[in-house]
Amino acid sequence: MSGLYQVSSNPHIRSKVTTNGIMLAVIVALMPATGYGVYHFGPRALAVVAVSVASTVLTEYLYGLCRKKLTVTDLSAVVTGLLLALNLPVTIPLWIAALGGVFAILVVKMLFGGLGQNFMNPALAARCFLLLSFPTQMTDFQCDAWTGATPLALLKAGERVNVTDMVVGNVGGTIGETSVAAIVIGACILLLLGVIDLRIPGSYIVTFALFVGIFGGRGFDPYYISAQLAGGGLMLGAFFMATDYVTRPITTGGQYLYGIFLGLMTGVFRIFGPGAEGVSYAIILGNLLVPLMEKCTKPVAFGYKRGGAHRGKQV
Amino acid sequence: MNRAGERLINGIVKENPTFVLMLGMCPTLAVTTSAMNGLGMGLTTTAVLAMSNLFISLLRRIIPDRVRIPAFIVIIASFVTAVQLLLEGYLPELNKSLGVYIPLIVVNCIILGRAESFAYSNPPIPSLFDGIGMGLGFTASLTCIGAVREILGAGELFGYGLMPDSFVPIRIFGQAPGAFFVLAALAALQNFIKEKRRNAGRSYQKIGSGCSEDCTNCSDMGCARRFYGEKRNGTQDGGRDTGTGGLEYVNLEEEE
Repeated sequence: MSGLYQVSSNPHIRSKVTTNGIMLAVIVALMPATGYGVYHFGPRALAVVAVSVASTVLTEYLYGLCRKKLTVTDLSAVVTGLLLALNLPVTIPLWIAALGGVFAILVVKMLFGGLGQNFMNPALAARCFLLLSFPTQMTDFQCDAWTGATPLALLKAGERVNVTDMVVGNVGGTIGETSVAAIVIGACILLLLGVIDLRIPGSYIVTFALFVGIFGGRGFDPYYISAQLAGGGLMLGAFFMATDYVTRPITTGGQYLYGIFLGLMTGVFRIFGPGAEGVSYAIILGNLLVPLMEKCTKPVAFGYKRGGAHRGKQV
Repeated sequence: MNRAGERLINGIVKENPTFVLMLGMCPTLAVTTSAMNGLGMGLTTTAVLAMSNLFISLLRRIIPDRVRIPAFIVIIASFVTAVQLLLEGYLPELNKSLGVYIPLIVVNCIILGRAESFAYSNPPIPSLFDGIGMGLGFTASLTCIGAVREILGAGELFGYGLMPDSFVPIRIFGQAPGAFFVLAALAALQNFIKEKRRNAGRSYQKIGSGCSEDCTNCSDMGCARRFYGEKRNGTQDGGRDTGTGGLEYVNLEEEE
């Protein structure tokens, strides 16, 4: 592709940003959360991460061999495997983690045409697949490092939780979601590198906080709202999954709309749903509505009025 | 040539209602939680399909063109009611597990589609066998989907344990999303096999039809490949939408 003399259609300005670079940045940004998960849950967490990443990378490699088009070097499979592992409880049987990796890459990503064509976040789709297939194993958060219910389940049951512990990460949950501090450090790396911006995470978190304040039944109690914000996969979802380039809207207005929608749906699932958590279902639902959001928020071309009529023309 | 046999093969392989025509998706996705349910649903539909095709074909000269759809529905609904009463009497278990999907056979698009596209414009015997072939194709597909879902989702086949004790059922295959996965995978598999055979020069299109791919000198009136062009019979079939999703049977009335 180093065709200096290659004549192509516009745009002619080439950015230095590459898929590899973005994926590498995301991997680096996920390291604090992964590291804390391994520290908090012990070496088994590392095994889950390794199996998940190995299965996604291997699936993409084998599929590439079959189709004679190797795409595994763009590192996107590593990101998917890492995100999937961070969404699994540490007690998960390793073969389930591997099955999730195969499902994420083969069914959700490659069968739809590979990176850029998947209509849904592969890691989250795999998480939901596993959640529906193996409900007991996927919600088993008991382990050596931690026993007891997750903070969100406690909140739902009306008990008190320690918000400081939730921010540090000294609570139960999936491998990557417990420590808000580690996730925020990673998110700051991505924000500083310009890989993501605050449109989606910001509108998501603000909408969710307002929703919880209005419908949570406890008013705008700062303790309750901060516990809801710090609990579960909200931070991980808002900064790392909702901002996935392939499955988010590309228009600015669409991104705000998407964030607001995710906030509303997460609130509905968490407060009115049967379970304590709803981030993954909310984001998947949002993914499906992305084409519609883009259509609604398509910017008007210069010189045209909304609706397609040209300004200069006498209608 | 043997039209009845050709119709049977057509329904089961060439134009399998589930995997090729993609008709009747509602019962396909909803009742195939086990192989037994799939088999039961398929055979029930086969019975209704064969009988309604036969009777619509017999009555095709009496039914006015304008009210043919209500007339089809009345005929189909009569057979569905009869079949449901029989099921309630003799197979109450199956009737219970299929539930609302038995009365819904009335609006099954396979049955209406075959009535409209084949039985209404063809003699009774081929129509009967068209119904049986389509029904058996539907039965085979539903049983396959049900079997795969039952094995993966419960570790059983026709209610008998197949898998070792260490097998953990993948519950999603017992639920609605699993039905879509299995349907898509099996449809892709049969396309793959057909493609391979076609490339090897053994196309299923030619089985039992004696097809020489020479449509101008062929007398097979019910052939899906045949292009009738201007010879459409204006009074009977002219411009009628056959409602089978692109696969058109515009048949000249065969003179018996």
